Amino acid sequence: MSGAAVLPRRAAAARRWHRGVPARVPYVVIALYALMAVLGPLVIDYDPVHTPLQDRLLAPGARIASGEIAWLGTDALGRDILAQIVYGARTSLTIGLATVLVASLVGVTIGVVSGYARGRLDAVLARIIDILQAFPAILLAIVIAGVFARSVPVVVLALSVTAWISFARVTRGVALSLRERAWVDAARVMGVPVRSIMVRHVLPFTVGPVVALATLEFALVVLAEAGLSFLGIGLPSTAVSWGQTIANGQQYLETAWWISTLPGIALSLLIINIGILGDQLTARYGQRRGRI
Amino acid sequence: MSDLLVVSDLRVTFGGRPNGRAGGRTKSWARRGRTGLVAVDGVSLRVAPEETLAVVGESGSGKTTVARCVVGLQRPDSGSVTFEGRPLGPVGRRPPELQRAVQMVFQDPRSSLNPRMTVAELIGEAWRTHPAAAPAGDRPAALRRVLADVGLDGDVAARRAGDLSGGQCQRVSIARALAVGPRLLVCDEAVSALDVSVQAQILRLLVDLRSSHRLALLFITHDLGVVHQIADRVAVMRGGALVEEGPAGQVLGAPRHEYTRTLLDAALDLGAEA
Repeated sequence: MSGAAVLPRRAAAARRWHRGVPARVPYVVIALYALMAVLGPLVIDYDPVHTPLQDRLLAPGARIASGEIAWLGTDALGRDILAQIVYGARTSLTIGLATVLVASLVGVTIGVVSGYARGRLDAVLARIIDILQAFPAILLAIVIAGVFARSVPVVVLALSVTAWISFARVTRGVALSLRERAWVDAARVMGVPVRSIMVRHVLPFTVGPVVALATLEFALVVLAEAGLSFLGIGLPSTAVSWGQTIANGQQYLETAWWISTLPGIALSLLIINIGILGDQLTARYGQRRGRI
Repeated sequence: MSDLLVVSDLRVTFGGRPNGRAGGRTKSWARRGRTGLVAVDGVSLRVAPEETLAVVGESGSGKTTVARCVVGLQRPDSGSVTFEGRPLGPVGRRPPELQRAVQMVFQDPRSSLNPRMTVAELIGEAWRTHPAAAPAGDRPAALRRVLADVGLDGDVAARRAGDLSGGQCQRVSIARALAVGPRLLVCDEAVSALDVSVQAQILRLLVDLRSSHRLALLFITHDLGVVHQIADRVAVMRGGALVEEGPAGQVLGAPRHEYTRTLLDAALDLGAEA
């Protein structure tokens, strides 16, 4: 009796907290990054091959030769750090979105087919997933990115090769349990074609977990892209990327800390907030799955 | 009289099959042991056109498995299921006219409707799958007619399973089955999950529909109390085998097998208490 009275109150408190200010922080931060990625390059000019060497290694807030203020300092080639962060945001978000899109399309398709078909096909696909999971993801990405010429599509490919696996695992699990639902049996008895059953009666119910997973994967992908660019096998050097900027600054860490530190903070802030958002979505859809 | 549905010597074993796959729904008890569990052990049944055969038995007696074999959700290990002399295989391999001819109403009214689809979409899907059964002219009017047949208002069409009561959901399930013009309706515990007053309504609806749509019913239930209201003949199952079969009056009135008497006594006890 008392348990029944306590539970709704606790749930209501949780809901209040979720609706409150702290829960909105990740949305605001991510929206700011998106805004920066979309509008920033329109406001700030930046050319990665323009290297005004007289402005090199200026501290944040210093005045550069042209009279403007470099609010976040300059790097060893005199390039503005603020501009690099803004342009890098565009690169990171683009690659993150593209990779998550490719990985989720492939992963969800394989997961739904595998979970719905069961039997031999499922056994084969599940073993392939297991084997790929045994590979360190970043190592596989390094191999693929290292083999081909540096370009955005290659980075997206290299990161998607391992990112689809988690999507496939999650959707396979959901599809396996959905297949036992009576409405799937009802559609089968009706003679609805298998493909329509998967699209109409299974796929819509994977959306919640997949969206939650997509945010977490997005964070990992942004991090991995920075890692690849840091190692010099990610994007071409004409592209601006946080990873490259951080790599450029590593030999000046003692004398000019801002080159590596500031893009590093920009990267961490984004990753942390996407992670929190992902956790919130997981919690919410975890609850909803029980209620269906 | 030629039979509509003939089930002969049906055998189904769960688990322990050579390729290690337990086909269809595996119940918790079905995974016991490595040799597999014999769910249905040599069952033969006949259903004549427009006849109602009730299959009764306790949980785990294999009655649901028989129903799933008839609709093609479960592949039997041996034995055969024929409809007017034509073999009924797995549902996906049946020709469209046989898919239409045998339809099923499930136990859980709510989960047998996709919660994301409206009633109109669910019945529209049946018509899209079987264009031969789809109404020629005005779809919305035909939809209202189908819903009226099962005693539902036309405004239910825009709703989803979550907005309907259990009884309404079961009526929608029946409407969806009727939309494709079946000849045999398999009702797997179709009224067991409903409360008693709704149960009586749905039973009456099934009795009405049976004559108006010239349906044969294979009525699976554990509840002997509802059997006399609907069945022409009764088959009693226990442990995967038939123990008694005959006209409803005879089986319920003068059971020959001891197990049937036990079941009847149990049902009467419950009835007396209530």
